[in-house]
Amino acid sequence: MASQKISLTINGEPVEAEVEARTLLIHFLREERRLTGPHIGCETSHCGACTVDLNGKSVKACTVFAVQADGGDVLTVEGLAKGAELHPLQEGFVEHHGLQCGYCTPGMLTRAYRLLQENPNPSDEEIRMGISGNLCRCTGYQNIVKAIRYAADKINQAEGAEG
Amino acid sequence: MTPGAFEYHRPNTVEEALALIERFGDEGKVLAGGHSLVPMMKLRLAEPAHLIDINAVGGLRGIRGEAGAIVIGAATTQSEILNSGMLLEKCPILPEAAAQIADPQVRNCGTIGGNCANGDPGNDDPAIMMVLDASYVLRGPIGERQVSARKFYQGVYTTALEENELLIEIRIPAPAKGAGMAYRKLKRKVGDYAIAAAAAVLSMSGGRCTDAAIAITNVGDTALFVPAAANALQGTPVDATAIAAAAQAVMAAAEPVEDLRGTVEYRTAMAGQMTRQAIASALSRAVGS
Ligand SMILES: Cc1cc2nc3c(=O)[nH]c(=O)nc-3n(C[C@H](O)[C@H](O)[C@H](O)COP(=O)(O)OP(=O)(O)OC[C@H]3O[C@@H](n4cnc5c(N)ncnc54)[C@H](O)[C@@H]3O)c2cc1C
Ligand code: FES
Ligand code: FES
Repeated sequence: MASQKISLTINGEPVEAEVEARTLLIHFLREERRLTGPHIGCETSHCGACTVDLNGKSVKACTVFAVQADGGDVLTVEGLAKGAELHPLQEGFVEHHGLQCGYCTPGMLTRAYRLLQENPNPSDEEIRMGISGNLCRCTGYQNIVKAIRYAADKINQAEGAEG
Repeated sequence: MTPGAFEYHRPNTVEEALALIERFGDEGKVLAGGHSLVPMMKLRLAEPAHLIDINAVGGLRGIRGEAGAIVIGAATTQSEILNSGMLLEKCPILPEAAAQIADPQVRNCGTIGGNCANGDPGNDDPAIMMVLDASYVLRGPIGERQVSARKFYQGVYTTALEENELLIEIRIPAPAKGAGMAYRKLKRKVGDYAIAAAAAVLSMSGGRCTDAAIAITNVGDTALFVPAAANALQGTPVDATAIAAAAQAVMAAAEPVEDLRGTVEYRTAMAGQMTRQAIASALSRAVGS
């Protein structure tokens, strides 16, 4: 089957590639682009380990075709840190022990990143509903909620200081 | 889990989409949010040779008010439904149901048109559209027709949609002023289809029910519209006796199959329970009682 040309932005970098129409975005990112941050947990649209940002929305990259991202803007967990400086969310996960095995973490981080864009000061309940498409088999979620809370507070304080 | 090979098409207008649908016939499939279709393609339960992505088609997205009606474009996402101030005010059962469909990521992609056109008895929107008496606007090569949601569903994955038609938009008669509405869904976890769910809309005047509609999800081959349950409420004060009679009518209409979600008896009983809760909640929201 003929492949198709796509051009998109990944973590701020313009990318051109040839993909088969049936290539899932997650496979394109991991296998072609070597961005192995986004994980494959279930491959059946349930676990959220493959979550990335596409055009400013959280999506499960195992249920979107790479061709659908043509002309689009993708953010993976690799795009969160600024050089050696961790994103407040990543810092929060470290500080509050928001991970154990780490398998769900890239998806949790990218989802939480978008959640805080949509709702900069969420309640714990809103955080829980916001990450309800991301499964964690280790932590029991408590510390993930705390980590996201930490990041929200830190980002809001920084913005308050600037403003 | 990679789907079978296909060719991808991204039309920009309804006319282009219809031409592609016509050209590929049963070799082609419309791709909306993809969150029912892509999982089926991964399992090779669907192997279309052509995918016609309608996400770039102009005019298929958005929620608007018209004289006496609310019109929702087929490609409007569940997230857009959930966040619509207009729906929250004028037709709150739609955002209430959207919040119970899947999870945030799935709602960002999944469309209301896909939910209604899919034909899976587990989909939540068909029962909602039945109680709202919505019509589906279907366009094909020879023009447009409207089919009532109450007549659209024929069996598991069988609907009135013809192979060469596209669902364009959903037209909902503006709900009566003061009508109360509710959707109650019992599920095992976030992102699960219903064990049983019920939608209720009712209007009250002078302490009596003047109008009612009830439909149920995932306890039959399709969503089921249950006029007998609505009749049990009509003209009553919607007291415990009337609610029990409506739940009884629903349980008589329900035809669930036994699966991982429970036995036939359990799911039938839960259809009754969700109906009781939906009616009680709709009643508490109805103004004019
Ligand atoms: C983890 C998970 C949990 C879910 N939980 C729920 C749930 O609780 N409740 C629920 O209701 N759903 C649930 N779903 C399904 C989800 O809501 C789907 O998005 C929906 O069923 C289909 O809409 P779609 O836009 O994704 O359509 P697609 O998957 O793109 O299409 C579905 C079918 O409809 C056809 N179609 C789509 N749009 C049109 C159109 N405009 N005209 C003609 N044909 C069209 C397609 O050709 C295809 O046959 C879940 C899905 C996942 C992955
Ligand atoms: S791998 Fe995509 S949701 Fe699990
Ligand atoms: S830390 Fe192990 S799955 Fe979440």
